[in-house]
Amino acid sequence: MAGAIDLKDIFFVEAEELLSALEEGLRAIQTGAQEADTVNAVFRAVHSIKGGAGAFDLKPLVNFAHRFETVLDALRGGQLQPEPALLGALLHSSDHLADMINASRNGTETDPELDQRVIVALEAQAGMGGHKEEEAFVFEPLALDGPFGMDLSALPLTSLLRKVTLTFRPHSGAFASGHDPAFLLRDLCGTDEVEVELDQSALPVPGGFDPGQSYLGWTVTLQTERSDREILAIFDFIEGNCDLTLEAEAETPPDPDGPLPETSLAPSAPVVVAAAPVAAPPKPVAPPKSPDAPAAASPQPASSAPSASTGPRPTIRVDIDRVDRLVDILGELVIHQAMLTEAIEQSPGFGSVEVDRSLDQLRQLSRQIQESVMAIRAQPVKPLFDRMHRIVREASMAAGKSARLVTEGESTEVDKTIIERLADPLTHMIRNSVDHGLEKPARRDEIGKPTEGVVKLSAAHRSGRIVITVQDDGAGIDRDKVRQIAIEKGLVPPNAELSPQEIDALLFLPGFSTATEVSALSGRGVGMDVVRSEIAGLGGRVGIASVRGQGTTLTISLPLTLAVLDGMVFEAAGQTLVLPVSTIIETLRPDIMMRHTLGRTDSVLDVRGRCLPLIDVGAALGFRRTLKPGEGEIVVVVERGDDGAIALMVDGIRDQRQVVIKGLEANYGQIPGIAAATVLGDGSVALIVDPSDLAAIGPNPSRPNVFLAAE
Amino acid sequence: MRSSGFATDPDIRELVAFRTAGQDFCIDILSVREIRGWSRPALLPHAPSYVQGVINLRGAVVPILDLARRLGLEPIEDKDRNVIIVAAIQNRTVGLLVEAVTDILGVPASGIQPTPDLASEATRSMLRGVVVQDSRLIRLLDVAQLLPPADDAAA
Repeated sequence: MAGAIDLKDIFFVEAEELLSALEEGLRAIQTGAQEADTVNAVFRAVHSIKGGAGAFDLKPLVNFAHRFETVLDALRGGQLQPEPALLGALLHSSDHLADMINASRNGTETDPELDQRVIVALEAQAGMGGHKEEEAFVFEPLALDGPFGMDLSALPLTSLLRKVTLTFRPHSGAFASGHDPAFLLRDLCGTDEVEVELDQSALPVPGGFDPGQSYLGWTVTLQTERSDREILAIFDFIEGNCDLTLEAEAETPPDPDGPLPETSLAPSAPVVVAAAPVAAPPKPVAPPKSPDAPAAASPQPASSAPSASTGPRPTIRVDIDRVDRLVDILGELVIHQAMLTEAIEQSPGFGSVEVDRSLDQLRQLSRQIQESVMAIRAQPVKPLFDRMHRIVREASMAAGKSARLVTEGESTEVDKTIIERLADPLTHMIRNSVDHGLEKPARRDEIGKPTEGVVKLSAAHRSGRIVITVQDDGAGIDRDKVRQIAIEKGLVPPNAELSPQEIDALLFLPGFSTATEVSALSGRGVGMDVVRSEIAGLGGRVGIASVRGQGTTLTISLPLTLAVLDGMVFEAAGQTLVLPVSTIIETLRPDIMMRHTLGRTDSVLDVRGRCLPLIDVGAALGFRRTLKPGEGEIVVVVERGDDGAIALMVDGIRDQRQVVIKGLEANYGQIPGIAAATVLGDGSVALIVDPSDLAAIGPNPSRPNVFLAAE
Repeated sequence: MRSSGFATDPDIRELVAFRTAGQDFCIDILSVREIRGWSRPALLPHAPSYVQGVINLRGAVVPILDLARRLGLEPIEDKDRNVIIVAAIQNRTVGLLVEAVTDILGVPASGIQPTPDLASEATRSMLRGVVVQDSRLIRLLDVAQLLPPADDAAA
């Protein structure tokens, strides 16, 4: 049964993409996009989910999606206008649809009452309340017409029925794309009264039959109340792979938006549409009530490739494990390449031009492979950011605030693992921004801000790292209040002199909460400290900046990848260590006159008039005592997040090379000042130093020895 | 598949016996991944004294504990001749530095006696029991206790 399970997995993966397309489309409509394409995309997303769900017999999902789709169809047809209230309900339904799909994925179901409530709310908003019941009524008399002995045509209800004739002939390509005309015909017939005529004239003589070819055509005459649009929608997916003509009596409820609704479909749908009996009808049709404009009725040429230029480029789905295996092997390759280089350099025959050139080639190739593999793992942050829209909607609703999320730099690519592990902290930060950052609408009104608060989420590459910011235009941090709370909670002594930055940093302390009223979303003090430790686990940092009355900005800075980095290999206190090259600003041999002592042990280095804290790496890591002035050999100036630069004293610089990052957490734990480990060319382990963390330890570490449990 | 004939008897436990700081110890063979020679580890900053550092074990970074020091005994000298028993402890891979591996024992459950009260508290808390074999007292280690309690684990 593995096959069936796989198919279902694929459905869920696709559903996720469709959901994100759905939400994106709805948001585009919200911001005023009126193109038919957008509405069509939204409709198709729900339609495809319904189709997929139907294939796996997920009944509640199908029902919900069907009613959802009905409302969207009305929107598509122009019977409904995208008013804010309706869009709100649509977004809510899309959220709920996502929940339902999630539930099905986990093998459970959402509360049917809730399903009902959501969809009824949507239908009410769309003015379609009771639509469902009406349909049900229509169905019943049809089924019972015999016993009543009534002529159906006499019933006013039947006046909704009209006659539609449709000819359908799939191309051979349709089978290659996996379409089955039987399903389409079944969908087409639905519950209507139909007459189907098979055209088998094209069937070859026995012997010349090729099962891959299409020989059959059908002429279907329906008595239906469905619109032309609904009928054509059934063939949405096979478009371009079939000849399709439709002729129909005019739709009974006169369409206010034009006599020929399907023309709006025609440009994007390469379907031959004939609304008047222009194309040779295989059967006589009741005289059409509305002679449509001949121009519009002329068949559209089955033009191909509406998506060739604008559509997404072809992609393949690959199990992430395969890519991870590739990354692992690549890591080994980089290590062994370093080992080989080292071995050759030490062998007597070293110096041959050919060997040298080959080694160089090997180095370049392995770097290229590495970049390519990393590019496979790199993914745009867009899906992650898209999920945050929902967080803002829910958080603002729960907090009684009005908020909008603005995103920027969505195409910024980050390692997939980072994206996955970023979801939770980012969710928390966004909720915090809405919950604590933004003011209530009334208050915003008072101080002359627009009632709708804006949370801005942006991503960008900056000097080998990715920087993600969450910015709100709220009240900013009330530092007096923060300080007071910290004192009340015993987090800082009452007489502490704190700089604004230090006060802001208090928010990251465990057990801190500023919200005077604890809300359902945040404010229980399990917030920012968790965010900080999660980001730290990814090798990143969180910064906070705030301007009173103008808002707060949280900044996350992360490494681009978790697998490989360019490192500078150096020695300190007899140990071989690695510094990420991306953090290095310069290296220099300081004059003894440049070094000054502050207090008993702290030193600063005067680099061209700029005083930088000087840290002896060997001492900060506890390998030796602080060196006396003059003993330090080389100083590496590194940047340290947003807080400027620090000077690191090292004993010697050995090499610059790519190193494969090996986590220490799995077998040991986190070590202050150390980001990770790597394996050098000689097979020994070297630790990778995290400069900013090192600066936080300072020259005289007093941290306890810890042996943290692996998670 | 291990070659020992008694491995199929469910009552028999196979134990890897080794010496360090002049005492005999053993651990369950199921927790042993491999036994390898000494290689110089990279020092870990701010680590407990019994943590020797980390080594590269086919691409994995594995911490090395000096077992003698961990048990409060005299630390090992002359490391070049000693061996590292790579053990899987809970979900972690850890190397135990010991003087020498001596034997592989097959011991019936009844052959494992409770730890006598006389043993020092530091040692006793890390023992599961003792095995007496050929007039040697072999201490059965509780490997899970070798790692300090996970109090400091990040929430």
